[in-house]
Amino acid sequence: MIKVFVPRDAAALSVGADEVAAAIAKEAKSRNLDIQIVRNGSRGMLYLEPLVEVEMPGGRVAYGPVAPSDVTSLFDAKFYEGKAHALSHGPTEEIPYFKNQERLTFARCGITDPLSIEDYRAHGGYVGLSKALHMKPIDIVTEVTNSGLRGRGGAGFPTGIKWKTVHDLPGAEKYVVCNADEGDSGTFADRMLMEGDPFCLIEGMTIAAVAGGATRGYIYVRSEYPHAVHVLREAIEIARKANWLGDNIQGTKYAFDLFVRMGAGAYICGEETSMLESIEGKRGIVRYKPPIPAIEGLFGKPSIINNVMSFAAVPIIMTEGGEFYKNYGVGRSRGTLAFQIAGNIKQGGLVEKAFGVTTRQLIEDWGGGTATGRPVRAVQVGGPLGAYIPESKFDVPMDYEEFAKVDAMVGHGGLVVFDDTVDMAKQARFAMEFCAIESCGKCTPCRIGSTRGVEVIDRIIDDVDRSKNLALLQDLCVTMADGSLCAMGGLTPFPVMSALRGFPEDFHKPSPNKFLADAAE
Amino acid sequence: MAKKAAKSNGSSTAPATAATPSEVAALAVCARHGNKPDELLEIFHELQHQLGYVPEATLPVISKALNRSRAEVYGVLTFYHEFRRHPAGKHVVKICRAEACQSMGTDALCDHAERSLRTKLGGTTSDGAVTIEQVFCLGNCALSPAIMVGEKLYGKVDPKRFDEIIGSLEKEAAE
Repeated sequence: MIKVFVPRDAAALSVGADEVAAAIAKEAKSRNLDIQIVRNGSRGMLYLEPLVEVEMPGGRVAYGPVAPSDVTSLFDAKFYEGKAHALSHGPTEEIPYFKNQERLTFARCGITDPLSIEDYRAHGGYVGLSKALHMKPIDIVTEVTNSGLRGRGGAGFPTGIKWKTVHDLPGAEKYVVCNADEGDSGTFADRMLMEGDPFCLIEGMTIAAVAGGATRGYIYVRSEYPHAVHVLREAIEIARKANWLGDNIQGTKYAFDLFVRMGAGAYICGEETSMLESIEGKRGIVRYKPPIPAIEGLFGKPSIINNVMSFAAVPIIMTEGGEFYKNYGVGRSRGTLAFQIAGNIKQGGLVEKAFGVTTRQLIEDWGGGTATGRPVRAVQVGGPLGAYIPESKFDVPMDYEEFAKVDAMVGHGGLVVFDDTVDMAKQARFAMEFCAIESCGKCTPCRIGSTRGVEVIDRIIDDVDRSKNLALLQDLCVTMADGSLCAMGGLTPFPVMSALRGFPEDFHKPSPNKFLADAAE
Repeated sequence: MAKKAAKSNGSSTAPATAATPSEVAALAVCARHGNKPDELLEIFHELQHQLGYVPEATLPVISKALNRSRAEVYGVLTFYHEFRRHPAGKHVVKICRAEACQSMGTDALCDHAERSLRTKLGGTTSDGAVTIEQVFCLGNCALSPAIMVGEKLYGKVDPKRFDEIIGSLEKEAAE
């Protein structure tokens, strides 16, 4: 029997993976070929999606991007024997885009059937948890601390310290909460992992539960990710049946159960305290800190709260040891980060790489430049609240501290590339507009400041008292950065100020509304 | 309506009773979620899935079933962009307006959508077939611009592909 892989990842589906799979099944039937189609996760080479792979004795061979209309010619060329075709890329794992990565968290993604727990175990799954179940909880915490893992959601807070806080607190009611509200533009790593290797996240959260003494966990997934929600719910059910969740996990004293909660289109719910409110069935209004959520988190109880990528890094850390993980990376940024190359890019996709790689390497070596073929002008790193960096900073290594030195942030490693047609004043305006739309409204600098920000930038664009308004904008940014309750208002000035600093010429163009400028004089 | 609402918001501990079909549906959904107040978002999702929107008229019975004030329940409904208080078109088309899609021309795509469907973002076509909405990020940022129709995601959507997708919806509706 021939095994053919067609991803079920939402990105692959968005460019016709289902239609391709159906066409392959139909063609195989009409040619009387015994072909089994496995719906795997994505390999992360999204520019090649739908990427069809055939299992050969020497490893898988890749074809992509495949359209349903290519299927007949693929069969004519005997792709099912790994033969050459115009869309052939040879062995998948020899494609430089893939080969030059360091896949730790995403080691299984695209290789296994996401909903096969047997597949998961055959590829090293549940080794970490099996170890953890027979360790002292504090030793698990120590292992995670030693790995140097820092919160992958963007803030980069050491994961081990959070876990230790919860571990040290008394009480029987504790929670593990996964923040899967991946709302930042330019990011899709969480989604890819949840859809492509859900057991990895479930295992990581279970390890956290054992370490922290929690018995109940929640995964808060945004409603824009229906595929991820379906896969997770199914995977949790499978894990329960196989006794990897529930009471007396694998015959031990540990009990842990997991539930998926779906968000409802509120960006702010990616902020952890707002997310907690939302899981409790309330408006996603940010909470004051302290108390920190590790101490008084979900339902007021101690809670380990991490991002999908942080939890998903834990199984490999437990399997291979903290030292192994720590050996990747630079400075105080240890391990790997799943960089996401997005936007105006020729070869967009996911690149898991140790910290230290540069923006230039990612967008040139992997990304191959812009999709439009025009020069790259700006790259926004770390989501809508991350800085726009100009070409002069493309060689700064991806490292939390190095990026902070140039007033930028690595965040979750999402890169949105813009070509030279971008208008940075417009992008700065959008940052404020987005904040105005998504602010929870609790604190004044964010709620009002963002709306005033849009107005001030409009006046700058329209050349109405431009120099005064530029000064006012900077002043407003300082107020928002220093006075906001959470990162939403606190970091919105980041993209705005970075646009002002890196691309000042865009704020000094002739007004598109000439009469407004004239009227102001 | 106001009278009825005031009545059902009273301090009586009698179980919530339903009169209209949407109230019946709301109570059934609440019951399926064990009338747990922390499952309010899930309840709204399910109700919206069933009815196409969350009628405000269901809020009194929901608040009673979950033992939360009507103000709280209303507050939750109105906080989240995803929940609708009015019926939408037959198909809801979400167009991503976030940065990655901006870099690949989503502004032009939005203009095109508004012009070709003769309605603004947030509006519904006059025949009630399509509602277009803005959304910020569908997680398909390497294949921008992205749109979502129902639960189906589309990548690399230029105006031409947009028309094809809308055309296929209309065809589907005609069949």
